[in-house]
Amino acid sequence: MKRFLLFLPLLIALVVGVVLFAGIGKDPTKLESALVGKPVPEFSLKDLHNADVVLDQSLFRGQVTLLNVWGTWCPACKDEHDDLMWLAEEKGVNIIGLNYKDNREDALLWLDRLGDPYRKIIYDPRGTLGFDLGVYGAPETFVIDAEGVVRYRHVGVVNKAVWEQTLLPVFNDAQGNG
Amino acid sequence: MVRIVYLMLVLLLSGAAAAEVADVYDFSDRAQEQRYQNLIAELRCPKCQNQNIADSNAPISKDMRDAVYRMMKDGASNEEIVESLVGRFGEFVRYKPEFDSRTFLLWATPAITVLGGLLVVAGVVIRSRRAGPESPALSAEEKARVDKMLADRDRWS
Repeated sequence: MKRFLLFLPLLIALVVGVVLFAGIGKDPTKLESALVGKPVPEFSLKDLHNADVVLDQSLFRGQVTLLNVWGTWCPACKDEHDDLMWLAEEKGVNIIGLNYKDNREDALLWLDRLGDPYRKIIYDPRGTLGFDLGVYGAPETFVIDAEGVVRYRHVGVVNKAVWEQTLLPVFNDAQGNG
Repeated sequence: MVRIVYLMLVLLLSGAAAAEVADVYDFSDRAQEQRYQNLIAELRCPKCQNQNIADSNAPISKDMRDAVYRMMKDGASNEEIVESLVGRFGEFVRYKPEFDSRTFLLWATPAITVLGGLLVVAGVVIRSRRAGPESPALSAEEKARVDKMLADRDRWS
């Protein structure tokens, strides 16, 4: 008993060490979306390019989609734009944009200047769909399967490494089942 | 030293004052306003992770406060309001997580610690009881050493 007690501090240190070690390298600012496994929330918002067209959640039916949340006020969105262009043009990825808390003129100007990687862009100036999606900071990118169900959410910039290591596996998986 | 403590206190309190966010909402009575304040104090901002949405200036916190206010106006209960935000932003926004299999340890840690402490105290008490009050605290050999030490001290003083 006495001898066991002598080893108790070592034991506690080991347990604490393992627990703390497991936390190293994890980014606490990246949260898993509460919507994973759930369908895209219902919405009814205008098309950025054409204010007469109203888009809704049926937009996500039929093929696997990347939903990219962006705004011209968001510097990191500019950083990822070239990589989104690359995804759309080189890889043929189906990307839908959610123009979040922005205004139409600025957004269209931005697309004119930098190019448009999106198949469709949902115009959400008041951030209602963004709120329902649990968006807490642009850019965010969702993988949505052909049934319109959210598979994954990535918070932060999408680049080639993020695509290959994080999004592509989920994307392929969604395609396999979709 | 006192001056440093004073400075620290002033800094601490000024921080709290600066963090306060003023929104203008209308409430029918004091109780409703208090209910709103309690709700936004126990919801956590997903963007600025160590602030509640009452203190945070982040746009998302403003949106969440608006949503809380709107749902209150629509007659939602506190649980419904919190659930609706958790459904969007995840369990993370709760400062008081629900008791389930994942949060079991979190909630049970204080009880486990107190129980552990009680066990240690009980162990000490039982051991000293078992030794018995009448058994001498010092063995004969130890008593002889103490007597010698005391005698030495008396000699030198």
